[in-house]
Amino acid sequence: MARKLLLTHIDVPGIQTFDVYRQKGGYRAVEKALKTLTPDEVVEEVKASGLRGRGGAGFPTGMKWSFLAKPEGVPRYLVCNADESEPGTFKDRYLMTHIPHALIEGMIVSSYALGANTSYIYVRGEMMPQIRILERAIAEAKNAGFLGKDILGTGYNLELYVQPGGGAYICGEETALLESLEGKRGNPRIKPPFPAVSGLYNCPTVVNNVESIAATVPIINDGGAEYAKIGVGRSTGTKLISAGGNVNKPGVYEIELGVPVEEFIYSDEYCGGIANGKRLKAVVAGGSSVPILPANLILKTLNGEPRLMTYESLADGGFQSGTMLGSGGFIAFDEDQCIVRNTWNFSRFYHHESCGQCSPCREGTGWLEKVLHNIEYGHGSSSDIDLLVNVAKNIEGNTICPLGDAAAWPVASAIRHFRDEFEWHVSHGQEAQHRNYGLAHYADPLEPVA
Amino acid sequence: MLSVKHNEPVEFTEEMLGKFAEIVARYPEGRQKSALLPILHEVQAVYGWLSVPAMDSVAAYLNLEPIEVYEVATFYTMFFLQPPGKFVLEVCRTGPCCLVGAERIMAHIEQRLGVKEGEVTPDGLFSWRGVECMAACGYGPVLQIGPEYTFYENLTEEKIDKLIDELKNKAEGRELTAES
Ligand SMILES: Cc1cc2nc3c(=O)[nH]c(=O)nc-3n(C[C@H](O)[C@H](O)[C@H](O)COP(=O)(O)O)c2cc1C
Ligand code: SF4
Ligand code: FES
Repeated sequence: MARKLLLTHIDVPGIQTFDVYRQKGGYRAVEKALKTLTPDEVVEEVKASGLRGRGGAGFPTGMKWSFLAKPEGVPRYLVCNADESEPGTFKDRYLMTHIPHALIEGMIVSSYALGANTSYIYVRGEMMPQIRILERAIAEAKNAGFLGKDILGTGYNLELYVQPGGGAYICGEETALLESLEGKRGNPRIKPPFPAVSGLYNCPTVVNNVESIAATVPIINDGGAEYAKIGVGRSTGTKLISAGGNVNKPGVYEIELGVPVEEFIYSDEYCGGIANGKRLKAVVAGGSSVPILPANLILKTLNGEPRLMTYESLADGGFQSGTMLGSGGFIAFDEDQCIVRNTWNFSRFYHHESCGQCSPCREGTGWLEKVLHNIEYGHGSSSDIDLLVNVAKNIEGNTICPLGDAAAWPVASAIRHFRDEFEWHVSHGQEAQHRNYGLAHYADPLEPVA
Repeated sequence: MLSVKHNEPVEFTEEMLGKFAEIVARYPEGRQKSALLPILHEVQAVYGWLSVPAMDSVAAYLNLEPIEVYEVATFYTMFFLQPPGKFVLEVCRTGPCCLVGAERIMAHIEQRLGVKEGEVTPDGLFSWRGVECMAACGYGPVLQIGPEYTFYENLTEEKIDKLIDELKNKAEGRELTAES
């Protein structure tokens, strides 16, 4: 069995409540940090752990914390990013639903490390049930003296609030999130200044993902060095993977970073193979924004090495033959799925979610959606495929925030690896038009994977 | 849910104002604009949607220009600017859910309710729409119903039929108690 750090007690009845969580050793990290460590020592532990941001970009959390500006007399803020909207990702919802105190405890430890006395958890508005769960957990923790004034008699004060979003993927981007938390439209800010210098209410701010914050609890309990022993190379610790699409056992799995992708897909401990006895066709390994890979390239790198669930191994081969771990939204496609239809669907998503501030993103995502719609519905021409590649190239790197890249990569990679399917749609216009769900066989059967 | 017409002035109840005050207290002095999204959610939970007079009252309460409220309400997809059905079935339409049959579910809802996406049934009870990924992809197809955003997972045609019947009964039952 793989070691679990975040979901250790997930199956304990009543673990959502403060009392049971506490009985199982909960809030020890708060006691240890506030009573025996200075804030800087907490930051050092997190640095030593090698923890990398679990929201998608994988930036080292300890390093991010050490960039926080500390001008005299100016408040500092910690904002937890619980906007979870990247298609394929549902781990934060799972954690907040089933073990909410893991996040609350992490928020207290992390706020202490950063010297924040007011912190916010920004939860996407659709997660109203999770908002209620967190509010109850906060009230319980406050009641027990772990939040509020003079926590555990240490003199440290912390107020923690939950903020609902309004339904906008872009508010997962950290500066858009801060705008939204200030009561505005979710338009990303131009950086610099970075939030570490000027974030919420123009004060120094750290934005971290739910899972990153929860991970500080085992890091403080066991020490950063212990945490760093798990994993492979610079991919330390455990990671929550949201497994969806056509697998036998969709769900959230806590893995030790370094599990082979093949084991993750086929072992009964995790996904249990592809549903309905079908073969694996493709995988989007890290949420909708990362490049899609065909079965052979997700299981093995171009050099024939087994691909591992680590930041480095998934990225092996760059964008030519690799992908990214991203947010850990692992989407498996069986042999009957239509890559063109899925690519169109994702483009529609990004067009819908573009905030519209920069023209390459606003216009480009609309263009991608339209051209892909034409191809999917049998009205495409062969020049459209190159047009898509071109439009994607013109968006990439030319926008205020990375949503533009996130819209371009899925299209570019789908055409790179599945060009024949796009060409089939163009050359079989009639047939493509009458297929409602894109579920039929039309591509050459894949080589069975060993 | 209270009903409100497009031009009807909106005055908040004591209970709502109490909630608003609690929300405003979460932010530093002078940053009450941060309360805008949470308060709009509260207002929508009471009236089912955001009318212009309701938004104007929020603006007055938070000491904002009305335009500051409109521009936020129009940016976020969760806010309804026209009255929807009493129950809004919001089905995830994004890629991962489509891999497990979301499009079939939407087609079934459309056929069962007899209204197109965004339209309201003649009895005012239902409307439906596709929404983007709800961070529940492992349990797809999924839908949610506000104002508490109750979740329905692993949907099938049968589950949809049952749900619609249950909601109908619930609405009728509630009307009965109101009359008696
Ligand atoms: C379009 C877009 C959407 C994003 N959505 C999320 C999200 O839902 N949750 C999240 O934690 N990070 C999201 N991010 C990443 C955040 O900007 C930020 O990097 C992250 O919250 C930092 O936390 P971490 O360092 O703990 O990963 C998104 C980024 C972009 C560009
Ligand atoms: S890249 Fe797109 S989402 Fe990001 S700021 Fe520009 S228009 Fe908005
Ligand atoms: S794609 Fe439907 S919940 Fe994520």
